[in-house]
Amino acid sequence: MAAVKETVDQVKQIDVDQYKYGFVTEIESDKAPIGLNEDVIRFISAKKAEPEWMLEWRLDAYRRWLTMEEPTWAKLDYPKPKFNDIYYYSAPKVAEGPKSLDEVDPELLRTYEKLGIPLQEQEILAGVTEENRQYSKVAVDAVFDSVSVATTFKEELKKAGVIFCSISEAIREHPELVKKYLASVVPVSDNFYATLNSAVFTDGSFVYVPEGVRCPMELSTYFRINEQNTGQFERTLIIADKGSYVSYLEGCTAPQRDENQLHAAVVELIALEDAEIKYSTVQNWYPGDSEGKGGIYNFVTKRGDCREKNSKISWTQVETGSAITWKYPSCILRGENSTGEFYSIAISNGYQQIDSGTKMTHLGKNTSSRIISKGISAGRSNNTYRGLVSAHKKASGARNFTQCDSLLIGDQCGAHTVPYVESKNASAIFEHEATTSKISDDQMFYCQARGIGEEEAVALIVNGFVKDVIQQLPMEFAVEAQKLINISLEGSVG
Amino acid sequence: MLEIKNLHAEVEGNKILRGIDLTINAGEIHAIMGPNGSGKSTLSYVLAGKDDYEITEGEILFNGENVLEMEPHERAAVGLFLAMQYPIEIPGVANMTFLKTALNAQRVARGEGELKTPDFMKKVKELSAKLNVTQEMLRRPLNVGFSGGEKKRNEILQMALLEPKLCILDETDSGLDIDALRIVSDGVNALKSPERSMLVITHYQRLLNYIVPDVVHVMYQGKIVKSGDKDLALQLEEKGYAEFTGEAAA
Repeated sequence: MAAVKETVDQVKQIDVDQYKYGFVTEIESDKAPIGLNEDVIRFISAKKAEPEWMLEWRLDAYRRWLTMEEPTWAKLDYPKPKFNDIYYYSAPKVAEGPKSLDEVDPELLRTYEKLGIPLQEQEILAGVTEENRQYSKVAVDAVFDSVSVATTFKEELKKAGVIFCSISEAIREHPELVKKYLASVVPVSDNFYATLNSAVFTDGSFVYVPEGVRCPMELSTYFRINEQNTGQFERTLIIADKGSYVSYLEGCTAPQRDENQLHAAVVELIALEDAEIKYSTVQNWYPGDSEGKGGIYNFVTKRGDCREKNSKISWTQVETGSAITWKYPSCILRGENSTGEFYSIAISNGYQQIDSGTKMTHLGKNTSSRIISKGISAGRSNNTYRGLVSAHKKASGARNFTQCDSLLIGDQCGAHTVPYVESKNASAIFEHEATTSKISDDQMFYCQARGIGEEEAVALIVNGFVKDVIQQLPMEFAVEAQKLINISLEGSVG
Repeated sequence: MLEIKNLHAEVEGNKILRGIDLTINAGEIHAIMGPNGSGKSTLSYVLAGKDDYEITEGEILFNGENVLEMEPHERAAVGLFLAMQYPIEIPGVANMTFLKTALNAQRVARGEGELKTPDFMKKVKELSAKLNVTQEMLRRPLNVGFSGGEKKRNEILQMALLEPKLCILDETDSGLDIDALRIVSDGVNALKSPERSMLVITHYQRLLNYIVPDVVHVMYQGKIVKSGDKDLALQLEEKGYAEFTGEAAA
């Protein structure tokens, strides 16, 4: 358990209130006028040098959004964001888009360095065995406020035929793919936040893996909100063509600010015949201070479509940040024999509120899905799992297994489980298991009586609790996630 | 090694220990017997540092150090070990992981540095074979689904690995069949040394046939009311506690 030990040492070095990524980068930025109207959307579209059809698409979304209302069904309590007090576009000032890493503002590169992101291509993440060497490289697309600043390993990916670029670039360079797949999983008017995103999304990542290609490296995007009063609305679109495979990881951080910042992303995944997409998230947005002031409002729509037979989509998420989390990475299991997976660790501490879970929509024959959710609540936080598993009439032989465990630390937090199960096909087999437990005083005493200190005992017990999910993460990030979990829980005992 | 002076402890206002005096020298084995509710288990928890008890009077010195000012994990690091009557289950944490975390935490606290994994594995393998603890038990989550006997053997394995200076055994014989009792006792006896002391808490004289004490104490209503050699345990077995409780033996 070297990782646990290391974590505890790290944890001791930081104060309860000190969010590691809470620094602000002093960098000049180019912003749209504050607030939201059609002119702002035109401004964004122009900045991105988008074709006319894209602008029309955005305006259409905006007009629909004006008629919509914010959903209130989640177990979340927060003041409504004032949508007209937000900047919808903010970009680090550069004359042109950077052509190579050399053109990126060094201040920005330093920021990413501080975040531990290997932007430099030669950087190889440590701890990877020889046989996995070809997968030890991680291609990174880094999104700062509203724009993608650098995408690494482009050349090498190109050789394999993989397109990995910012969505803005994809709209310009690969319009046929974007037109075909954008909003094909999350329709423009899917929900309030997805519609808002469709109108104002500023950047994000685009991935296309051609037929039969196994993507030669992990793909990764890091999102960072830097500017004050800025919303981040990124759009990610990943398409795995027949028989291909891709593993993608996103990480998120933001500076420490007293006011709340809005993040409303849309992620769409499309897996065609025999293709597999593995999507992992380590979300560490600023959660607010120990009194619940500040923090990111995170309203995210993530959905994958197993469009053809034998396809597979797997979501793994480690959620530790954000003041408010509203997020349900889901799978539409359309293709015969397709598989959807959702592995989640959601940790809330302080005054954080999480309402997260998944939807597994079984449409095709012999589709299967698996949900493992581990919620950990500490401090005065509330943590809700909300899930919907449904089988439609034609989904003969659909199978689901759901395991939903909650762990409570202390006596002022809450854990809630809201699973919905709907079956319209008699042959569907759905299983649901749920547990709620508490780190008991007896467990703590037992560990301590054997010489293990308080913080380390919590780390040990929590790591035991989340083990099933950690195992699903790409190896390089599993250790990172483990550390993050322990840092998030720091100060939750005693 | 251990000096307990006029120790008083209570739980939620109920006085449980009412003036315990006990001295254990290095290498000695002491047994504490007594009827239910006399405060034996409380004494063991107070020694290990469980939170639920308020110490109202008295002191505990361990090799001259004031134990009452130490956190439970600090007490463990200086060599105090409590084999519990009801070992706790921790789901998801492999037994082996727990052993390694505990051993290294203690070693680091003592400034010895962590034990290298191959050395650790070798040591665990050796000790677990003696205590009939299987590889499978080492891989399973700590105490989860262990039988009563497995849990007790596992406690002794922890003790053997951590090599404490004072071993406190709280009713380690409860729930054991004859064979398990022998394995556990052999494990404890293997740890006997001139530098190591033991405090054995038990209801039954039977255990003391295997782990032979130098001194036997009778505890009643939170006090040690009589001390003697190992024959005292035999007398108690025969006559019960009537002499102390003032009630006729059943």
